[in-house]
Amino acid sequence: MQAAKGTAFKFGDDVNTDVILPGKYLNLQDPQQLAQHCMESEDPEFVHKAKPGDIMVAGKNFGCGSSREHAPISIKALGISCVIASTFARIFFRSAINIGLPIVECDEAAKSIRQGDEVSVDFDTGLITDHTTGQQWQADPFPPFLQKLIAAGGLVEYSKAKLK
Amino acid sequence: MGMTMTQKILAAHAGLDRVKAGQLIEAKLDVVMGNDITVALAQPVLAKMGATRVFDKEKVVVVLDHFTPNKDITSAMQSKTCRDFARGQGLTHFYDVGRMGIEHALLPEQGIVAPGEAIIGGDSHTCTYGALGAFSTGVGSTDLAVGMATGENWFKVPEAIRFDLTGKPGKWVCGKDVMLTIIGKIGVDGALYKSMEFAGPGVAELSMDDRFTICNMAIEAGAKNGIFPVDERTRAYLDEHCKKPYTVYEPDEDAQYEQVIQIDLSAIRPMVAFPHLPSNVRPIDQVGDVPLDQVYIGSCTNGRLEDMAMAASILKGRKVAPFTRTIVIPATQEIYLQCEERGYLRTFIEAGCAVSTPTCGACLGGHMGILAEGEKCLSTTNRNFVGRMGHVKSEVYLTSPAVAAASAVAGRIVDPDVIMGGND
Ligand code: SF4
Repeated sequence: MQAAKGTAFKFGDDVNTDVILPGKYLNLQDPQQLAQHCMESEDPEFVHKAKPGDIMVAGKNFGCGSSREHAPISIKALGISCVIASTFARIFFRSAINIGLPIVECDEAAKSIRQGDEVSVDFDTGLITDHTTGQQWQADPFPPFLQKLIAAGGLVEYSKAKLK
Repeated sequence: MGMTMTQKILAAHAGLDRVKAGQLIEAKLDVVMGNDITVALAQPVLAKMGATRVFDKEKVVVVLDHFTPNKDITSAMQSKTCRDFARGQGLTHFYDVGRMGIEHALLPEQGIVAPGEAIIGGDSHTCTYGALGAFSTGVGSTDLAVGMATGENWFKVPEAIRFDLTGKPGKWVCGKDVMLTIIGKIGVDGALYKSMEFAGPGVAELSMDDRFTICNMAIEAGAKNGIFPVDERTRAYLDEHCKKPYTVYEPDEDAQYEQVIQIDLSAIRPMVAFPHLPSNVRPIDQVGDVPLDQVYIGSCTNGRLEDMAMAASILKGRKVAPFTRTIVIPATQEIYLQCEERGYLRTFIEAGCAVSTPTCGACLGGHMGILAEGEKCLSTTNRNFVGRMGHVKSEVYLTSPAVAAASAVAGRIVDPDVIMGGND
């Protein structure tokens, strides 16, 4: 798998999908259009500040609330290379894996990384590095079944085989 | 080691004798449901999979409820995608304007979901059907598409928190107050990845509508699902609504629970969740002075017949406060009709409420009741996140239909007793 490297944007606990992608935009489906409204309720400037490759870092229960896949899609389409959080809400977790948005659960990293730090994540080893402070953390790898799903290219590719 | 109710249902659907918490399984699905938002987003996924047919046209359900009756051209195009899909696939259970209701009120009412089933829905509140003793959970649109095409999906077997209910709820206390109390106690991630299993003698004191409300908000505690045992009340409900055969599961005597929490229903007060989290609760006695611009009674949480009856009993012969616009939306066509037959519609309209055909509408900040900057709304819905019902600087307070109706009359949040003066 690839690695992610970019500037960290920090968010708090319980960042919900209404904040990530407000309900009024749920009649859109185009990822690029959705990306224009990513995190709008929290920080309307975020979409202008974030560059492709940048990394979102949040506290516990990231992505709680509705099942709207528009939320992880908007983050991915904005070019965010990874979301690091203390924990993820379960529907968001599933959907991120399904659409191939890299996510990493690591409480210490989520707490220690500061706004604006340069951060990289190695997806093969689970190693997270804060290049600004020199700190490193080891995230837990995904369980084997999920690794199999990811290696197959996500749930869609994995399920295709069942249709034959 | 025994299994919880949820684990037993999952084991049966995975073709396994036993499963344990943390295990990843692939399970067969009895019902796969989506709405105008999530089915539209599932279309490109189905195309990518090369899936031209759903796995079973009896078991794939499509309900157009979020932006319907279509609020603008973009929404109309989105719904059209879903309509074309449902028609093309020849789905038995397709619900459009005029026949539809809010999905989580509609599916149980129409007998589409039953005890012992494994159900996924492209909507986080799919956990509602746990009230009937089913395993039911919300998923995103990719999972939805895969479920629609294959009739299967993968799950991580959850561990469970058991809530032992005792006592009898007091006056003006309903399922909403029970669940807000629980979420206040455990937090919005208090049940993350877990099942919430309800048990104990207090279950018998809760109506089916109370149980639907409670399971509906399991997701607001981060849970994968909420589930009630099947009892006499459930069977009576199913006799009336459901023609499918069903299997009743019970947890094993020695089932392992991550935690057991005691809830005394008689100690629960009418509750209000303050902005901007459902866990930010206060009993009605500690609310203070909160003037209201809007009151909203409806949604998949509290738009059922009992909710309408409770609101009507308070609004009858009264008027809503002049600057507190009040919107009442029965959750399904059937409930709407019942409201008409029982005279509730007249009560609501004479009280000065706007009443409409079923829609999710304002609940998700879609249409039919959007809030302006600085406005406060008391709502019987399930989420009060920043900007949920409109402007990012608007505020949503969550409560029961009884508190909502009484507060509409007072123009600020009040205990129903203040309006009713101790009378029913
Ligand atoms: S009523 Fe609200 S919470 Fe329920 S399904 Fe509709 S938008 Fe979602």
